[in-house]
Amino acid sequence: MLIRITAPKRQRARHLAQRLGFSVLGLIAIGTVAPILLVVVYIAIQGTPAISLEFLAGFPSNGMRSGGILPAIVGTFYLTVGTAIFSVPLGIGAAIYLSEYAAESRWTRMIRIAIINLAGIPSVVYGLFGLGIFVIFLQFGTSILAGSLTLAIMTLPVIISTAEEALRAVPQAFRVVSISLGATRWQTIRRIVLPQALPGILTGIILGLERAAGETAPILFTVAAFFLPRLPRSPFDATMALPYHLFVIATQVPGMPIQIQYGTALVLLVFVLSMNIIATVIRSRARARRQW
Amino acid sequence: MNKIQIEHLSLTYSDGKESLKDVSLDIPANAISVLFGPAGGGKSTLLRTINRLNDLADVVSISGRVLLDGEDILDAKTDVIALRRRIGMVFARPVVLPMTIRQNLTYSLELAGERRMSRLEEATVRSLEQAALWDEVKDRLDEPAVALSGGQQQRLCLARSLALEPEVILLDEPTSGLDPISTGKVESTLQKLKEQYTIILVPHSIQQAARIADHAAFFLQGELIEYAPGKTIFTTPSDQRTQDYIEGRFG
Repeated sequence: MLIRITAPKRQRARHLAQRLGFSVLGLIAIGTVAPILLVVVYIAIQGTPAISLEFLAGFPSNGMRSGGILPAIVGTFYLTVGTAIFSVPLGIGAAIYLSEYAAESRWTRMIRIAIINLAGIPSVVYGLFGLGIFVIFLQFGTSILAGSLTLAIMTLPVIISTAEEALRAVPQAFRVVSISLGATRWQTIRRIVLPQALPGILTGIILGLERAAGETAPILFTVAAFFLPRLPRSPFDATMALPYHLFVIATQVPGMPIQIQYGTALVLLVFVLSMNIIATVIRSRARARRQW
Repeated sequence: MNKIQIEHLSLTYSDGKESLKDVSLDIPANAISVLFGPAGGGKSTLLRTINRLNDLADVVSISGRVLLDGEDILDAKTDVIALRRRIGMVFARPVVLPMTIRQNLTYSLELAGERRMSRLEEATVRSLEQAALWDEVKDRLDEPAVALSGGQQQRLCLARSLALEPEVILLDEPTSGLDPISTGKVESTLQKLKEQYTIILVPHSIQQAARIADHAAFFLQGELIEYAPGKTIFTTPSDQRTQDYIEGRFG
């Protein structure tokens, strides 16, 4: 038997309005994603032809108009690792202090305000600060050490605030139970709180480092070399780096083949995006496995 | 024999919320002592003072003495970690640690420096049997503890507090989230456990208090109103306020 259900008119109108509303929201969502997709796709299309073994593993030649970008790739890798060495222990330590040890006071409020302000400072100011402190005053010269330290300071606020948030998200009840079982505060942090917060902390670290890897201004005066015919051999060497190299070949070299520019941009983009994807995977896997 | 003697204990939190006013109370060994009364009466505060868990809270002033086997645990020289190993605690909400069932039980032992596998295994089996949980989990000890039902989780918490073989067990409304069957299991477990341990319990209802109390203390707004054997206090209370509360006139 066939039963026909006809909705009353008003209900149908409401249904229509709802569908219209959802469509608009959907369009807005697409509107925010579209530019990102466009940038990625455009750079991928323009840059892919430049990618070759010689491009990835070779040195620049002919005034950077041909050859590869190996020194810039290696430089950016070193800088990212160097930044991590300084910012990760410091950032996690500060976050543990703020979340687990420090009582809410004027002192901790000041620290938090400082962290927020640190995050708001333009990156070129970090560059000048690094030049003044690390390059000149501490006499590190334009070096990976000076560049890493500068990037580390810039990365710290991101790591501290995400790590603190991750630590605070661990239920307070776990801490109380652990203490009641005869654990010290530090044992509780090391055995319960930190492992539970680790995925969140890792995500913050990767997002912070990703930003450091892509920045030009902070390395401009502290580490970046216009052109170096060899790979850096010690932390006190200057190095080429992808973002600065891109800036150089896009603005400072006449007659630069556009293909190489896009190829360099693509390599930088892949480097940064893959870090982002790793962070996303860590977060979603941890969320699926989380027991609270 | 009195395991714990509380002498003129007064305590205030910074927000002045729940506090204790000149409480004196002797808690006998190998019996279930029940602290009951309306919310905000100071029962939980008293529990958390006995294992110094209040150190984590915002306590502004504390005076009086709490003697465990004759020694004042409020003394600044008390080894708080060692104290908490002698006094186990079970909370109202079952909070299993985010690890396996086995790890929940061996956690406190490992913190205390126990590395011998045989000892850890032995404590795991014993504490689970004591908490009447062994038969239900013996085949899944290495599964995450959160996979257990609420009632099982609470018995795991009880087992966890027993793993260290404490002398005293504090229970703060341990059955408030449990169904009647699980509650019955926990209560009969406690009846067996009192042969070995000193048990102090904040019940989640007067009925529960009446069921299992060897001794019962009635608390009202931080004051100890009446303290008597369970049989006496729930049938012929001597204070009018106790009687009113038991008969359900307030609270």
